[in-house]
Amino acid sequence: MILNVNNASFSYDGITKQFEDVSLSLRQGEILSLLGRNGTGKSTLIKCILNILRLQGGTVEIGGRRVDDMRTEEIAQQVGYVPQAHRAVFPFTALDFVLMGRAPHIATFAVPKEEDYKKAEEAFARIGITHLREKCISEMSGGESQMVMIARALAQEPSLLILDEPTSHLDIGNQTTAMATIDRLAADGIAILMCTHFPDHAFLVSHTVAILEKGRLIAQGRAEDVITKENLREAYGIDICVHYIKEAGRTVCIPMNPCGCRGGGRANTAGTKPHGT
Amino acid sequence: MTHRKEPIIEIGQEPRKNVAIGFWRSVFRDGTPAHEAVLRLIPAGKAIYLLPIILFFFSLFFGRYVMDPVETLRILTVGTINAFLDGASSLLSTVSGHQVLLPSFEQTWEASKQTVVFRIRLPRVIAAMLVGGGLSIAGASFQGLFKNPLVSPDILGVSAGAGFGAAVGILLSGNPMVIQISAFFFGILAVAVAYGIGHTVGKSSTLVLVLGGIIVGSLFSAFISLTKYVADPYDTLPAIVFWLMGSLSAVSNADITAVAPPILLGSICLFLIRWRINLLAVGEEEARALGVDTKRMTIVLVIASTIVTASAVCISGIIGWVGLVVPHIGRMLVGPDFRKLIPVSAVLGASFLLVVDDIARTLTAAEIPLGILTALIGAPFFAYLLTRKKVGWIS
Repeated sequence: MILNVNNASFSYDGITKQFEDVSLSLRQGEILSLLGRNGTGKSTLIKCILNILRLQGGTVEIGGRRVDDMRTEEIAQQVGYVPQAHRAVFPFTALDFVLMGRAPHIATFAVPKEEDYKKAEEAFARIGITHLREKCISEMSGGESQMVMIARALAQEPSLLILDEPTSHLDIGNQTTAMATIDRLAADGIAILMCTHFPDHAFLVSHTVAILEKGRLIAQGRAEDVITKENLREAYGIDICVHYIKEAGRTVCIPMNPCGCRGGGRANTAGTKPHGT
Repeated sequence: MTHRKEPIIEIGQEPRKNVAIGFWRSVFRDGTPAHEAVLRLIPAGKAIYLLPIILFFFSLFFGRYVMDPVETLRILTVGTINAFLDGASSLLSTVSGHQVLLPSFEQTWEASKQTVVFRIRLPRVIAAMLVGGGLSIAGASFQGLFKNPLVSPDILGVSAGAGFGAAVGILLSGNPMVIQISAFFFGILAVAVAYGIGHTVGKSSTLVLVLGGIIVGSLFSAFISLTKYVADPYDTLPAIVFWLMGSLSAVSNADITAVAPPILLGSICLFLIRWRINLLAVGEEEARALGVDTKRMTIVLVIASTIVTASAVCISGIIGWVGLVVPHIGRMLVGPDFRKLIPVSAVLGASFLLVVDDIARTLTAAEIPLGILTALIGAPFFAYLLTRKKVGWIS
């Protein structure tokens, strides 16, 4: 097991629990998607796994060692973290940015060496964005900067990659590219934990799915077993169709139209009559 | 794929040719022998590193009493050698127990010229370089730490604290030594209090740290006003006002020996962590996730910058603008990477303050306070640069 979370609980103020009794585990090459509505504690859980926040109860183990016994750079040598979005203040080039991923392997008073440059270049090549190398991160589109942040995490040479909503700022094309990249990295043997707002994406890449609701895991297991109409209703409070689309070759999750939104597209499908006529 | 040997990054957004591109990287990253690394320091594109050296000599000749360059150089070299021989003689005398007199070079110039070079110009020129370079390095580091290019070295209240310390020193004693020590002490104290506030309130997050700095800064500004209010309007008040405007006119060799070590030590410390400042500059959480102990890094950076700034301010008085603007100019030249920005800021800051101080002591018979001149020259120059070049953080 690369990641083991046992009965983890956390609270900011010591009274209201952000989450409790959360147990997860993750093997090499496995993808775990974490679903749940906004503010349910997914990002907090990630920060606890990274030891940025300290658990109140339970343990997090990475590679068999408890994170609270590990030094910051030891954790960073094992775990790569891809935040939701980067707010660029200084216009670093992508190469400088990806080089920062080498930090856990570089001594405090040292600067990156030839080998670190090589590793950074490899990270670019691995996800096919070598052409972005000299572009400033402040001038990048959301999709580009997301890929550069993944490259930075890869430069850490992690055995576990944690992504916080990797697709939330991306257009539909880039979302698919990002998912394909994540799938490929897992095939290379990296364990991946990702938070996502799209149950579809969980279907697309995950081996296991966990749903967090009101600070507890309400379901955990194979995607087909966990992503059901009932669980999704509990998690998001709305009715969602879970349907296999033959043409697309995948299962998708589509919210019903409960509030009678009046947009077009309702009558276009053959066999469905326009509403109200 | 193959890895390119030469520096890969063109700095900034447009290709630039003659600036110190990828310079530090090319020197230090691949383990070349030291003599080769040193040779690489000189090529034409790196001319910026020669700037302070050229200005150093120029500033020695130049002044209201213009000196012959050749003679100045002779006074400088021969005088230095003689001083060394003198020192060696007395050392040998004490060690061996009887009088030893090593030969020394003949002094072919008037004693007054020797005084001008060694007692007046040299300490002043060195002070300008130390203060300018130090403030710029500290400013650049703080801009990285606070992830904000509008930050200057006194963001945590060091100048206000030092100003108050100096004012109290002037009020109570008037002895330059007391004034300097008091200024240094209160400068450090102000930052310590600001850091304490930040630490008590919010786990040393940089935002709270800035607020702590604002609180302490305004408090000490009020204290400064108070000392001015009670000061004697014909004697101590002008002294306080003049100190607050900054000047290097009274700098002595003793001052240099006192402040050079802390300024150099702090600067070397910031230079050593220069690449890590990049990581702080992308954000605290991301830096933590990349394995940086941000808390320890913040403390190291704050202590080093504060020692540099407080040491600079205690001999020069308050000199604004340098620590804010010079890092900007540096960024326009070499981009945001602190590996290059830290050394370039030091070099540019030293050069800038040298030029400004030359103007301060030559333009009029009475000295113009430095704080006035840095803004008077720096502001229009900065405006000009902004209109000329695209700046990364303005978009």
